[in-house]
Amino acid sequence: MRPSIIIQLKGVDKTLGGQAVLRGLDLGIPKGDITTIIGPSGEGKSVLLKHIIGLIRPDRGQVLVDGVDLAQIHDRELNEIRKKFSMLFQSAALFDSMNVFDNVAFPLREKRLVSESDVKKFVPEMLERVGLEDMGHKFPAELSGGMKKRAGLARALVVGPEIILFDEPTTGLDPLMAYAIHELILSMHKTFGFTGIMVSHEIPEIFSISDWVAMLKNGKILAVERSDKFQRLSDPLVREFISVPHAVEAEKSEKVEVTR
Amino acid sequence: MNVIQAIGARVIARIEEMGAMLLFLLRSFGWLFRPPLRLFQIIKQLHFVGFKSTFVVILTALFTGMVLALQGYYSLRKFGSEGLLGSAVALSMIRELGPVLASLMVTARAGSAMTAEIGIMRITEQIDALETMAINSLQYLITPKMVASLISVPLLVALFDVVGIGGGYVVGVKLLGISGGSYWSSIESAVEWKDIYGGILKSISFGLIISWVCCYKGYFTKMSAEGLGKATTESVVLASVLILVWDYFLTSVLL
Repeated sequence: MRPSIIIQLKGVDKTLGGQAVLRGLDLGIPKGDITTIIGPSGEGKSVLLKHIIGLIRPDRGQVLVDGVDLAQIHDRELNEIRKKFSMLFQSAALFDSMNVFDNVAFPLREKRLVSESDVKKFVPEMLERVGLEDMGHKFPAELSGGMKKRAGLARALVVGPEIILFDEPTTGLDPLMAYAIHELILSMHKTFGFTGIMVSHEIPEIFSISDWVAMLKNGKILAVERSDKFQRLSDPLVREFISVPHAVEAEKSEKVEVTR
Repeated sequence: MNVIQAIGARVIARIEEMGAMLLFLLRSFGWLFRPPLRLFQIIKQLHFVGFKSTFVVILTALFTGMVLALQGYYSLRKFGSEGLLGSAVALSMIRELGPVLASLMVTARAGSAMTAEIGIMRITEQIDALETMAINSLQYLITPKMVASLISVPLLVALFDVVGIGGGYVVGVKLLGISGGSYWSSIESAVEWKDIYGGILKSISFGLIISWVCCYKGYFTKMSAEGLGKATTESVVLASVLILVWDYFLTSVLL
């Protein structure tokens, strides 16, 4: 049984810098699950993600969030819709003029969701959950890549969003840290039950953390399937893409054996 | 045909950019009148643009006043009217050099920093992050900078005028030996309200030019380190040129 759809993209076209990035893209995002969008670099995965939160508006087509078309509404209504969202950016996008504590507290204070005394209670709790206890006083420039991502995740989670967008959450991290971030996303998903939409290159890791996998190719969704079924798809383009990393890994291990 | 096309494309691009700049200005000011009022951000920017520029403004004003007194003394002595030194210094300061030089110093110090700060926030997706948190980035980042510039540039110009006239006094009276009484009385008799009013008007419009150009260039930075460097250079050059050009037109109208 398919769960209810929270976000629906219909026939989305987008041309950026004279290049058609999205061409009549259709995609439904199931509520409460983690959906991962994979695809070759430069295919517009991040662009797709930015459409979902209204940072980019489509040239044609609809982006429906709970039935509201983001392409048709004004900034003020868009801001209302955005209150359901959080986004973890590729670079974490922490405000470098503020320390980690203030970064995580920022959306709470801005939206006046809770009193200042609650901010002092919630923020350390959230920092502890992502493994950054006692790091509140540090500035983003003093943090490693993995710590930035953790702080970004804390900032995304602290407002208790319905939907979280992850733009390549593990890019630029070492495998151990990437694993830790994946585990963190999974455990947070279990705790908070948000709808997750992730853009990632981490094959095969994403298959174990995602409920659904969608592949973007030539500006369209080539395939979208349950994670376990997706791995068994026979489409040659899908096969080629999801098996390439294994091939590279295999090649690497062969080389190691040879040099030994 | 290709040459004409190329020229046409450039002209259209320029006109489009001018339109984009105007819309940017109007929207940034529009956000001033919608809640919430970003008072803390405005105070922070007043501190950055205003207070932190005082030292460089005092320094440049002092030496400008002093060299004006030297040059003025040299010229006026040819007509035997050294007594008018005070009015020469004060009028050039208040009408012209104060607004222009103080604004150029603010452009170099605060304007370039505005472009770089906003540009880095653009490149590292911090502006997008604000937007995803349902915070309008113009209201949060740009409007406070514009308000702070409009308030602090006229104040810095006033400071520049006062320190410059003081510098002229030190050189003219203490070093070159004209009488202190004639220095001050010539200022009193020559400077009119019209001069001061013109200076204030100039400085307000320069404050607008600085924050407008520098914020715009930062906000629409191309997504690379090279783009950021280019944006910072362009913003300082464009703001400085606009200040000097606008100064000419404003002077010709105000005279």
